Amino acid sequence: MNSTWPLWEIFIRSQHGLAHRHVGSLHAPDAAMAINNARDVYTRRNEGVSIWVMKSADITASSPDDKAALFDPANNKVYRHPTFFPMPEDVKGL
Amino acid sequence: MYAQMVDTGARVAPGELDEQEQRFQARIDEGIRVEPQDWMPERYRKTLIRQISQHAHSEIVGQLPEGNWITRAPSLKRKSILLAKVQDEAGHGLYLYSAAETLGVSRDQLVDELHSGKAKYSSIFNYPTLTWADVGTIGWLVDGAAIMNQVPLCRCSYGPYSRAMIRVCKEEAFHMRQGYDLLISLCKGTPEQKQMAQDALNRWWWPSLMMFGPPDAESVHSQQSQAWKIKLFTNDELRQKFVDQTVPQAEYLGLTIPDPKLQWNAERGHHDFGEIDWDEFYNVVKGNGPCNRERLATRKKAWDDGEWFREALVAHADKRAAQ
Ligand SMILES: [Fe+2]
Ligand SMILES: [Fe+2]
Ligand SMILES: [Fe+2]
Repeated sequence: MNSTWPLWEIFIRSQHGLAHRHVGSLHAPDAAMAINNARDVYTRRNEGVSIWVMKSADITASSPDDKAALFDPANNKVYRHPTFFPMPEDVKGL
Repeated sequence: MYAQMVDTGARVAPGELDEQEQRFQARIDEGIRVEPQDWMPERYRKTLIRQISQHAHSEIVGQLPEGNWITRAPSLKRKSILLAKVQDEAGHGLYLYSAAETLGVSRDQLVDELHSGKAKYSSIFNYPTLTWADVGTIGWLVDGAAIMNQVPLCRCSYGPYSRAMIRVCKEEAFHMRQGYDLLISLCKGTPEQKQMAQDALNRWWWPSLMMFGPPDAESVHSQQSQAWKIKLFTNDELRQKFVDQTVPQAEYLGLTIPDPKLQWNAERGHHDFGEIDWDEFYNVVKGNGPCNRERLATRKKAWDDGEWFREALVAHADKRAAQ
């Protein structure tokens, strides 16, 4: 029998209408226990209205080495932000 | 503190760092957080594992002295509060174990090291809780000292550790206040109740000052830890801050801090205080405090007694997975 419990990543929705946010991780033998444990570890003070759990092993993360390749292209595209365009002050509704 | 005398490994002078390590240090100096997948020097990783796991063990063992009083709390209100406080400490231990695990150790390994006596936890939890006033005094002094140490750690260089500390600090304020509130009740009560509070302060004062660790002159690892920003203030700085903060709080309660040399020093703008008995501290750290053996034995028994339950959960999970 495998005695080492897998690691789960925990996501909590703090209020209706907001997205689930990653809050941390914990060990549990299965998904149902992971939710039980997450309730005790991460929502002792009404922090959530919904919990998602996901096995850490199932997450694929970008590598720190790829940071430049992934994110540099966005750096020189300031025109994607509305603040790039100066607008005439007396024109409203823009 | 909750992590005392954390070994940082062999020291390397700044001029002898290799190029990769210089780049790492430069990022830390700039205030960039280190995340689990980033490159880090082996010494940094090992030191952090020691520090975070020691901190985690302290939270877990720290449940025991107060846990002793849950069944004997004087009212349902106080019992509910104490239960919530002790449950928080279990949560703190779990946040911190998770942070340590991001550095590549397993939870089982950390727990084994605690149970085998290889890993340390804070010296403060090796003192007994003799009366109900001890519960209030621990909240006031021990959680108070912990806050002093942990608030700066929210800005430490390792991302998962700093995020765990932010969570912990939010909850510690409740711990300190419930303790002080309990002591206010005792100090406004009968002379016997007030005396009980004074007796608890007499026993917990010096061990609380020891929590901050040896004097700066003897803390060989402090410099490296500060360079890495996993320690933001020195032991003596935090201890002084703690004394200055606590003196007026004791005055409000009408309690006397058991130190005849304690005195306001207008020139320094701080309180002077007496010599700490460091022999006592080192003796406790070596495992010979009043409760070291009892604490470890209690931990081990809880772990062993829970084994059948952990196994049952796994058996259930396996059965469900096979269906
Ligand atoms: Fe705590
Ligand atoms: Fe703590
Ligand atoms: Fe606490």
